[in-house]
Amino acid sequence: MRVSRRSFLKLAAAAGMVAAWAVGEPAAPVRRPWVGAGRGVPALARSTGQAGRPRRWVMVVDLAKCDGCQECTRACTAMHRVPPGQEWIRVYEMRDEATGLAYWLPRPCMQCDNPPCVKVCPVSATWKRDDGIVMQDTSRCIGCRYCIAACPYQARAFNWLEPAATPERTGEAYDPEWNRVHFKGTTEKCIFCPALIKEGKLPACVAACPMGAIYFGDREEDAVTNSQGETVRFSALVTEQAGYRLLEELGTEPRVYYLPPRQRLYPAPPAEPAAAPVPAAAPRRTVPPDRPGAVGGAVP
Amino acid sequence: MSRPPHHGFSDREERLLASLSAGGTGFSALIGGLLAVVVWGLVAYATQLRHGLGVTGLRDHVLWGVYIANFVFFIGVSHVGALMSAILRLTGAEWRRPITRMAEAITFASLLMGALMPVVDMGRPDRLLTLIGHGRLQSPILWDILSITTYLTGSTLFLYVPMIPDLALLRHRYAGGPAWRRRLYTLLSLGWQDTPAQRHALETIMRVLAVMIIPIAVSVHTVVSWIFGMTLRAGWNSTIFGPYFVSGALFSGAAAVVTAMATFRWAYHLEDYITEAHFRRMGYLLIALGLAYGYFTFAEYLTPAYKMATAERGYLTAVFSGPLARLFWFTQLTGILLPVLLLTLPRIAWVPRLHRVPLLRPRPALAAAVTYAVATVVLSAAGPRMTMARVNLTALIPPWALPALVLWLFLAWLPVFHVRPIAAAVVASLLVNVGAWLKRYLIIVPTLLNPFLPIQRAPTGWAAYQPTWVEWSITAGALAGFALIYIGFSKVFPIIPIWETRQEPAPLRPAGQEGVPGVPAL
Ligand code: SF4
Ligand code: SF4
Repeated sequence: MRVSRRSFLKLAAAAGMVAAWAVGEPAAPVRRPWVGAGRGVPALARSTGQAGRPRRWVMVVDLAKCDGCQECTRACTAMHRVPPGQEWIRVYEMRDEATGLAYWLPRPCMQCDNPPCVKVCPVSATWKRDDGIVMQDTSRCIGCRYCIAACPYQARAFNWLEPAATPERTGEAYDPEWNRVHFKGTTEKCIFCPALIKEGKLPACVAACPMGAIYFGDREEDAVTNSQGETVRFSALVTEQAGYRLLEELGTEPRVYYLPPRQRLYPAPPAEPAAAPVPAAAPRRTVPPDRPGAVGGAVP
Repeated sequence: MSRPPHHGFSDREERLLASLSAGGTGFSALIGGLLAVVVWGLVAYATQLRHGLGVTGLRDHVLWGVYIANFVFFIGVSHVGALMSAILRLTGAEWRRPITRMAEAITFASLLMGALMPVVDMGRPDRLLTLIGHGRLQSPILWDILSITTYLTGSTLFLYVPMIPDLALLRHRYAGGPAWRRRLYTLLSLGWQDTPAQRHALETIMRVLAVMIIPIAVSVHTVVSWIFGMTLRAGWNSTIFGPYFVSGALFSGAAAVVTAMATFRWAYHLEDYITEAHFRRMGYLLIALGLAYGYFTFAEYLTPAYKMATAERGYLTAVFSGPLARLFWFTQLTGILLPVLLLTLPRIAWVPRLHRVPLLRPRPALAAAVTYAVATVVLSAAGPRMTMARVNLTALIPPWALPALVLWLFLAWLPVFHVRPIAAAVVASLLVNVGAWLKRYLIIVPTLLNPFLPIQRAPTGWAAYQPTWVEWSITAGALAGFALIYIGFSKVFPIIPIWETRQEPAPLRPAGQEGVPGVPAL
């Protein structure tokens, strides 16, 4: 067993080198302090969680406060150097029925407790941590995109072309807790900024929201905080304001809660959804302009 | 065809071995052409490796497309060879003998191409070995890898073992061609001396393999369908995907066998061995499989369409009456209904009388169909260029034109097929295979275009799918590769079993005079 394993590893290394040569890309420097499913960042949880309990991160988005300014998206993109064409937290314009008022809905990764994406990944490139975060290791991802197909929230994006911030170009080691360098042909997503949490900071999108619409915190502690420094009881917030989770009927058990957009503080979105800019690196493609930018879904 | 330097072969054997000495300009041109297409596909793949999957039409919403459709298609075609010949072997259907190897070779060639497709689709093919080092058994992708490799091993054995006596024959008597051929035959015939003990061993192995290959074959396409069925996506979230895909796979695979039968019969003058009766029986099989597949298709679409639940509404509207409706109805009509009709209706006695109707002459109908096809291609190619006017030119063709045309063509050609049943079977099988590919595409793309959350803020063009030249080139390369493997196989190995057909009581007589002694008619 040992010998065959060693010779297999040799073979694998040789094949990897051949493949790397074929792709024309040197092996990227990778820092993997805790690779292995389930062994997530327990250091933080153990040292600071209450009474030895692990942290259980949750997010609450108050839709009544969100004015659709997309500061969260911009902050996230800057923090993780998100490649063009991707938005790890995307602000949707939703309308629940034809006569209802439209509202904005920021959608990060829901960090599902029953995550369809984790179930289907063939190589553990995405996995669930004890603290509730669904992590993504792009240095292992083989780019099959099964997780994108499985995610009901479209929270995942793919590096279709060579991203600008590769480890080779920036000289940084890859750290899945930061996810600031990117590999061609791999899948990425929001990971609740575990590197910032570790430093005791709020995730980038939460801190950037000028309306204080996004709350973040530890469910075990029953406290969530927003960018205005308001800290409230999670259970009170969600029960008193009829908090809900997106597509709850699918049973994915998201860790992101929404408060309904009643008594909105800000005007509803304009009728026409804004088109996102074309990513600079995208190749020219011939698509007839009569193809709508938004097809199917809640916004007419 | 020049007579090969065979020694000591009977006339019958020479005939069956004709493919071994295939050559001449026509053959070389065919091989050269296929090789050129494969090389072109490799060029396209090199482009994709260099720049990334961004050179395809795939994007975050339609994240799987032509490659995965090819994958499902090839695996489907691969399905029938070993499975059909296992079932026919177990049930003692003697007429199978001349066509089993042809069918099993299809399994072999298309499994190889099918298994290649997910690798082509991978963003990081250089990390392929991660699947072995860090594979997780709960991912359906691992199930696929396991079942496809098992099936490939099983069906290769199933192809190889009954070939051993033929290889021994060739070892003794095949004198043509380079020396490696005889060395290969000697190596592969494993010292076969045709002793009763060896024959007994071979029969035993084949019986065991035949029993084992059936569940493996069924598992392969079931697992392929579960790649989709295990997600929550509307349109894939279905419990009957397993049997639905298996029935579709059998249908397209049986059609591929018919195409191969006709090609070899025509190319190597095997009319005495592959008779009209074989086509008739394969036709029965196709009809039965087509009806089963049609039933599953109907069930698969009717149950969500009846309820029109919110999640399902998007993709159902897209295929029933939306942008993909033409393709969808065309596929249902010409991929299932028409082939079944083509295999049944021409038999009816009054069909030749249709010729008396002046409107139903075959040529004008064909001309109209060609005009329609050319017009559609030209208009859809010109459409994007005339975008200033914002008109979809293909919309100028009324939607009823296509079904009307197909009906006209069908009625006009029925009398022709009445006298040429083999032509009918071949046309039906080609339609089945075109329809099968389109259906795979239609299972994948509409679902991806209609996710739970609306597609919003996507960069221009990301909310639609238009396959690029890279995808089409790689697809063409894969089809050419399939043909090359298949032709290469028939160039090295006898494509019609020699010893097995020798055991056959008598060749099947032409249609109408069936009833070979000892062989119950179907
Ligand atoms: S939202 Fe999508 S990507 Fe995030 S955990 Fe759930 S299924 Fe996975
Ligand atoms: S794309 Fe990457 S993360 Fe997603 S399922 Fe495949 S290997 Fe796993």
